[in-house]
Amino acid sequence: MTASLNLLIGVSLIYVAFLFAVAFAAERAAVRGRSGWLRTPLVYTLSLSIYCTAWTFYGAVGYAARSGMEYVTIYLGPSLVMIGWWWVLRKLVRIGRSQRVTSVADLISARYGKSNTLAIVVTVMAVVGVTPYIALQLQSVTLALSAFAGPPAADGSAGLNMLSSGFWVAAGLAVFTVLFGTRNLNANERHDGVVIAIAVEAVVKLVALIAVGIFVVWGIAGGVRPMMEQIDASALGTWQVDRSRWAALTVLSAAAFLCLPRMFQVLVVENDDERHVQIASWAFPVYLMLMSLFVVPIAVVGLNLLPPGSNPDLFVVSVPLAEGRTGLAVLSFLGGFSSATSMVIVATLALSTMVSNHVVMPIYLSLKPGGASMSGDVRSVILRARRLSILLIIALGYLYYVLSGGSGALAAIGLISFAGVAQFLPAMLGGIFWRGATRVGALSGLCLGFAIWVYASLLPSFGQGAVLPASFFEVGPWGIGWLRPYAFFGIEGIDPTVHAVLWSLLLNTCVFVVGSLLSFPKPLERLQGAQFVNVFDHSGQARGWHASVAASEDLMIMAQRILGAAEAQALFRAAAREQGMIGHLPEPNPAFLERLERELSASVGTATAHAMVSQMVGAASVSVEDLLAVADESAQMLEYSSQLETKSAELSRTAGQLREANDKLTQLSVQKDAFLGQISHELRTPMTSIRAFSEIMRDAEGLSAAEKTKYASIIHVEAIRLTRLLDDLLDLSVLENGQVSLNPATGRLDAVLDHAVITAGASGDGRLRIVRHKTTADTMLTTDMDRLGQVFINLITNAQKYCRAEAPQLEISVRATPDMLRVEFRDNGTPIPDAARALIFEKFARVAEGDGSGAGLGLAICREIMARLGGDISHVPQASGNLFVVQMPRAAALAAQ
Amino acid sequence: MDKHVLLVEDEVNIIEAMSFLLKREGWKVDTHSDGATAVSAIRDARPDLVVLDYMLPGKSGIAILTELRALPDFAALPVLMLTARGQLRDREEAERAGVNRFMTKPFSNTEVLNAVRDLVRV
Repeated sequence: MTASLNLLIGVSLIYVAFLFAVAFAAERAAVRGRSGWLRTPLVYTLSLSIYCTAWTFYGAVGYAARSGMEYVTIYLGPSLVMIGWWWVLRKLVRIGRSQRVTSVADLISARYGKSNTLAIVVTVMAVVGVTPYIALQLQSVTLALSAFAGPPAADGSAGLNMLSSGFWVAAGLAVFTVLFGTRNLNANERHDGVVIAIAVEAVVKLVALIAVGIFVVWGIAGGVRPMMEQIDASALGTWQVDRSRWAALTVLSAAAFLCLPRMFQVLVVENDDERHVQIASWAFPVYLMLMSLFVVPIAVVGLNLLPPGSNPDLFVVSVPLAEGRTGLAVLSFLGGFSSATSMVIVATLALSTMVSNHVVMPIYLSLKPGGASMSGDVRSVILRARRLSILLIIALGYLYYVLSGGSGALAAIGLISFAGVAQFLPAMLGGIFWRGATRVGALSGLCLGFAIWVYASLLPSFGQGAVLPASFFEVGPWGIGWLRPYAFFGIEGIDPTVHAVLWSLLLNTCVFVVGSLLSFPKPLERLQGAQFVNVFDHSGQARGWHASVAASEDLMIMAQRILGAAEAQALFRAAAREQGMIGHLPEPNPAFLERLERELSASVGTATAHAMVSQMVGAASVSVEDLLAVADESAQMLEYSSQLETKSAELSRTAGQLREANDKLTQLSVQKDAFLGQISHELRTPMTSIRAFSEIMRDAEGLSAAEKTKYASIIHVEAIRLTRLLDDLLDLSVLENGQVSLNPATGRLDAVLDHAVITAGASGDGRLRIVRHKTTADTMLTTDMDRLGQVFINLITNAQKYCRAEAPQLEISVRATPDMLRVEFRDNGTPIPDAARALIFEKFARVAEGDGSGAGLGLAICREIMARLGGDISHVPQASGNLFVVQMPRAAALAAQ
Repeated sequence: MDKHVLLVEDEVNIIEAMSFLLKREGWKVDTHSDGATAVSAIRDARPDLVVLDYMLPGKSGIAILTELRALPDFAALPVLMLTARGQLRDREEAERAGVNRFMTKPFSNTEVLNAVRDLVRV
């Protein structure tokens, strides 16, 4: 026997490796975009077969052996839902797609105003409800293993340790689920590899069960007719069907079919195309019928063949074993193994999505400083949360398995689980068909229904007296009779299962309806309610990932906005050509969409790109995780863009400075040209006279003495003019460059003025009358006396040259303040025109007609000198005559050159 | 009959020198030193040659020349322009305006007299 056990373990490992290979190939194909064959109606239908767990595989026969035809209800409920209520499913699928729903908890929470409280409640209920079910799978696999191991030997050495083998099975399942369920984080929670693996397992379990059935009917019973006779002869045929149980169990299995997290996962979340639902609506009942076809024959033959007391739950394996058909038994074991593994994997995946999304992530986000503005890799956190959740859920299942002692009929445990998750039904159906349903109603209904289930179904399942004291069942808690777990309100005699289902669902529904009627929905709830109930009005055509060309146009518009028109068009054209399409719009198949997403993600980030493409193609809403990731990316981009902005501002500032500098240089160059022209003119003009007259004197004969004197004096005057011009230019150059050395001395301003009047007077023609208004004030100051004198001389000389009055006159007066001295030069000549006044202090600016000896540098030099002395010179407009004002501090800050 | 030249120049000493040289060559010399009224002075005097300074008070030599060339009677009047600015651009500008000869100050007396002889064949 040990040899066959080893063989079994070996075959199982090879089988698991094979599943890995299939799932891996599927994922690879999906990544490459060749996933068309992965998402067919057939695969969808087969994936629904995770409804048939080890419980149905092994337990149905056991159920039939114990309770006759009642097992049919387990198949009847889902079949009725698929055939009669496929439109409910379709609505769920549509809502799931348009709202990007990831789980039952997500659906209910989203419908009732995205309430996380509700999501947590549903998650907890689902975990508690499904835990027994996972335990059930562990139990069935270890039971089957024990059938191979045979009865324990006297010393116990050869027997199978149920607990440790249960542990290893749990560990194996956990590893498989983690490896395949959380390899990558798909924003729409699809798992191509897992779906294809469970489709394969669906085939394996159907083939295994039918093989055992054929062996039993034709191999043992000897054909159909003898088989029928054997069934008629057995006790099964005579058992009366309990109508209330029949109805209750049908309703229960129907409800569970819709509400079980794993069913929701394959029905809604993994659904690729709404049209698959229509095909599955007849194909899945056919599958269920085939699964149930040989249940009764196997049960009858098992009862007849095997010794009394044999576990009917194991007939599927033990009948072939008893007949020495080890190969068939191994196949049968693999069928059960498949049922168990597929159920555990999908159920834990679904639950872990709920736990990580609604429990772990919110806690993580609230603990993390900075709240939602997280900057870490959200995906890695979510993945870790998923993996942790998977381990926890399977650990819980194992714990239940250990606590419940591994005993109890498989079907009973399954029904407890069904009743637990069925509590979602009122909130779920109410949510999608009744706009008046509110969060308060849903929350109170769920909580009450769940509480009743725990009290009347879950806790008693551990055995009377195990958790709840035995007295509870006899006289009620604290003697309150109407609260007895099996006899609410004193109504006795109902089957415990029917009792729990009836009361929990009834009260759940009542409280849900009453609570909804009595409370007012919040705005978001109202909005979501409308979107859920009227989903077909909002989400347009039913279309799968294989969307219409209209989607291509939308994608094109979006891509153009992000990539730029030329690049987007090139991308679309290239894709269309590769697909062999005419025109520029390709079929938006998965390969193209992935490529587009990749291109877009380079510009807007992966999460954003995915959300955009899904939104357009799948008409899907964006999930919270997507939003977080999008926000994360946006934050990074904002930062990057603000850096760019800073850089760009810097650049434009620099450019501005360069432009300014360039303008200045251009201006300087223009000024320099004008200046050179001026200098050239001022130098060449006297030189022309000098050259002309010197040539005349050299060449011309017969010049009179008077002419010779006249021409020689012209040459002399022009030579002096040249010299003065050169002196002025050098002086100005030195002053402008700030290289002038000043010799400060302390003295009286009056003395400087006196000296200037004398010096200038000597060079003038004596026509100008100079009037000095003497001041009594103190005129002491410290400055460069020579330079100041130069300014005064210049002003007096100008008056001599340019004052054209009949009796030219210059009045000079001094005003003194404690800090400043002010000298005014007022003449009675023609006032300088307004237009020219701005120019008189500029180089070479000559306004008045003079004797031609001035180069127009005098006032420019004065201005420079006064600036060096810390004062200034200005021309004050007058009604008649001109007024020049020279101001200076008493103590010049000569250092400030 | 003597040839008639109009000197448009504002520098007294240059007028003196040019007048001396041209008179000795047998020219009838008139002078005008204001740019603003130069054009009408030329129209009135109807000289055989104009010696025009580049920089004049009131109006530049270029502007005077341009206005002159626009008058049909004076489109072909020989004009010798003298400049003390000595910049290449000025020469180009003057040639565009229709000058017959352009000379930079200071010049040799022989040079200027040869130019005058070239412009007006006696």
